[in-house]
Amino acid sequence: MKPPPDQEQTPTGDLNRRDFLKRLGYASALAVTAGSLGFALYDLKGPAASKGQKALTGLGNYALKTLASGPGKMAIVRGTDRKVMVEQGIKALGGMEFFIQQGDRVLIKVNAAFATPPALAATTNPELLAAVAALCFKAGAAQVLVTDNPINNPASCFEITGLAQAARTTGARLIPPHAGLFAPVSLPQGRLIQNWPVMAGVFPGVHKVIVISPVKDHQRAGASMTLKNLYGFLGGRRNVFHQDINGIITELSQLLRPTLCILDGTVTMMTNGPTGGSLSDLKETGTLVVATDPVAADAVGVELLGRTLADIPYLRMAEKAGAGTADYLKLQPAMVNTSA
Amino acid sequence: MRIVTVRRISQVFFLALFLWFCLAATLGAAFWQLRGWPINWILELDPLTALSTSLATHSFYAPLAWALVAIVLTLFVGRFFCGFVCPLGTINQLTGWLGRRGQNPAARVEANRFRRAQNLKYYLLVFLLALALMGSVQTGIFDPLPLLHRSVNLALAPLADNRLGLLSDEPRFYASAWLLGALFLGIVGLNLVLPRFFCRFVCPLGALFGLLARFTPWRVGKTTDNCGDCRLCEEFCEGACRPAGKIILSECVMCLNCLNRCPASRITFAGRPSAAGEAGLPDLSRRGLVAAGAGLLLVSMWDVGGLAKANRNPNLIRPPGALDEDRFLTRCIRCGQCMRICPGNILQPALLEAGIQGLWTPMVNFRLGRSGCQPNCIACGQVCPTAAIRPVSLEEKLGTGEFATQGPIRIGTAFVDRSRCLPWVMDRPCLVCHELCPVSPKAIFTRTVYETVRGGRGLPARVLGQGVDLYGPIPAGINLASGDYYLRVTGQPDAAHRRITGFSGNRITLENPLAVAGTQVYYGAKVDILVRLQRPFVDAARCTGCGMCEHECPVSGLRAIRVYSENESRSRPGRLLI
Repeated sequence: MKPPPDQEQTPTGDLNRRDFLKRLGYASALAVTAGSLGFALYDLKGPAASKGQKALTGLGNYALKTLASGPGKMAIVRGTDRKVMVEQGIKALGGMEFFIQQGDRVLIKVNAAFATPPALAATTNPELLAAVAALCFKAGAAQVLVTDNPINNPASCFEITGLAQAARTTGARLIPPHAGLFAPVSLPQGRLIQNWPVMAGVFPGVHKVIVISPVKDHQRAGASMTLKNLYGFLGGRRNVFHQDINGIITELSQLLRPTLCILDGTVTMMTNGPTGGSLSDLKETGTLVVATDPVAADAVGVELLGRTLADIPYLRMAEKAGAGTADYLKLQPAMVNTSA
Repeated sequence: MRIVTVRRISQVFFLALFLWFCLAATLGAAFWQLRGWPINWILELDPLTALSTSLATHSFYAPLAWALVAIVLTLFVGRFFCGFVCPLGTINQLTGWLGRRGQNPAARVEANRFRRAQNLKYYLLVFLLALALMGSVQTGIFDPLPLLHRSVNLALAPLADNRLGLLSDEPRFYASAWLLGALFLGIVGLNLVLPRFFCRFVCPLGALFGLLARFTPWRVGKTTDNCGDCRLCEEFCEGACRPAGKIILSECVMCLNCLNRCPASRITFAGRPSAAGEAGLPDLSRRGLVAAGAGLLLVSMWDVGGLAKANRNPNLIRPPGALDEDRFLTRCIRCGQCMRICPGNILQPALLEAGIQGLWTPMVNFRLGRSGCQPNCIACGQVCPTAAIRPVSLEEKLGTGEFATQGPIRIGTAFVDRSRCLPWVMDRPCLVCHELCPVSPKAIFTRTVYETVRGGRGLPARVLGQGVDLYGPIPAGINLASGDYYLRVTGQPDAAHRRITGFSGNRITLENPLAVAGTQVYYGAKVDILVRLQRPFVDAARCTGCGMCEHECPVSGLRAIRVYSENESRSRPGRLLI
């Protein structure tokens, strides 16, 4: 670097006041900067054991507050055509207009866990999704979002299950599980969901939540239905919770209270669940449940699987935790038969 | 229009086409993503890939027939590919040009003089072809087209995926991506040392084109040897082929800057020899060529190592449809297309897992990515430009339809590690592997046992039908009411055990009353706390090695269930079941 001109003019060894003061000024300014930076960043305690994050306390309660005035909390529909069944079922509960107000933003949680075709019934049926999304729009929903955090590659899952196509044709918006959507949640009464990443980013601005789930065998949990479907909101290495599968599903029932639960037992995966993979794993059970109570809906599913409440401990546990009632007949479900 | 303008348009076009194919090679549902776009087309134009795989396999794989177009054109007009098409050539030319802006003409001419080291690429070509002749295709390591695809697929595109979230929905991970990225940056950076450094000294594809250009009827030359000393033709000579003097035709990359620059228009591209004399090739030394032929020996020595046979690496799992190891290495050019496509992101470039001869070939790593090998996916075989991974159909992969008798394609077999598995050694229920096994009926099955938990034997208790009060320290760290724990009277191994449904204070609630010697109330009883464990086993006859289990196993470090290459369909020595 070239020395500054005034320095050049000064013979070496001579005191130059101007130059000295300037240097004094620079040095002091740098010293003050260093000192203030050090003061600003001063950390007396040293690092904490883990990164502290502000955690949410849940995904929210989307259950209708006006439910008591409605015609019912549950409909059990028999038939084979999912579109007709779900329309009749929702009609029996007062129609979609009862649940969805003009301008609502509706979030539909599907089960898109695996990249398998709809015929294998390991995932939410796309025709059913299309029918529900259409009903939402008809009732005045401004936007319908569809999401899940699947086990296989999300793009493959949404495409191969037909759910992406169903969303496209009805105008619903598919939300893949981007990393940015996950935020830590600590359930106030939770033992397992503590500072755990949950897909909370899809919820801001959402008014209603509908969960659409298939009925499937599940060796560890006994059955995979509505409540187990909520597992798909968890992020991270969520599989560690399988050590206490009933505990985690019970906590999931506290994580989110949906507006409406649709349990699709038109076809039930009786064996080899929850992946299935063969038509021989399936059985026509011709039942679809529309309910505001996830525990009650799942209790019907248990019967479709030929099991009892004792085989699926998490239902009684969720009931005790206040998520619903396992004795679904208490809700006096409307019985609808669409095949007649 | 001036010919260099045409060249620049062509270069921009092919670079843009290349980038578009890279973009289209992204997994996703959008129209610009994988939709049958011809993303391999530039790789298929590559005569070096065609030649080396033909030497190694004694056959000419149909999609590589595009290479004939490049070959035939080169035979007539020379290395047009280097000057007009090659996307790496364009990147090199552009960086070399940017790095030399403002330099004086003398320095430019000096940078563009012919150097003997340019012969190296011919020796490298001979070496690689010798390897190919012996059945080991290594051209892709240096061949600019696979090299560029690999660099973008595994190092650059993931930056756009991960940091910016531009291409893929999810971040993509590639083992040793830094190395591929550093090599690429190194190649680009060397252009600051000399223009088109890689093209001049290393590129074996350029060397092959140089040889093919030996008899081109049309070529660059001077109309008269009688010209001044301006050297303007060499100021921007990309190939360092000595256009001012006795031109070396094999080095001419057809940048055609000399035509454009010559103030007297004494340089032409025409069907006659240069008036200043011409050489077909630089002077290659016989010694160098013989030394390069040592590749013949190298492959034989690789065989001595037995990596494809008895000394197989059990961790080397190849994608479904991959040929047996010997034949796989006669085709794989390490372009990375399969690894870019894989929706699970589990296809990874091998470093030394397949030996040095398998550098950057695709192998499965079930610890990375989103899931195991998805049963309904055949993407890797569909994009492989050389059929190192065969383009199998879904039916063949799953073993359905006409493939029902031969069964599904297996890439390995899962083994339960009983020293790490939670229900095997830690008294914890788990069963994630079983849940995710996608085969029907599942390849993973379970056997149920009831084990007395640690500190749970012979606890003093008062039994009151369904309620039991425990007097004694209750084992810590377990949720007794989780539905997985049971109570049994001590010393009566055959007595019915009852599921615990509730627990508070020291009071345990049971699903059914615990009968003790016929009475419902019993003081001074002793009870055991049991945990119900479903322990996983693998039915090797059903396991396809898809690795869903390994990927999802909650023992997150070294997984408690792992897939090894045993029983993979592609290899005979790996056969496990009789």
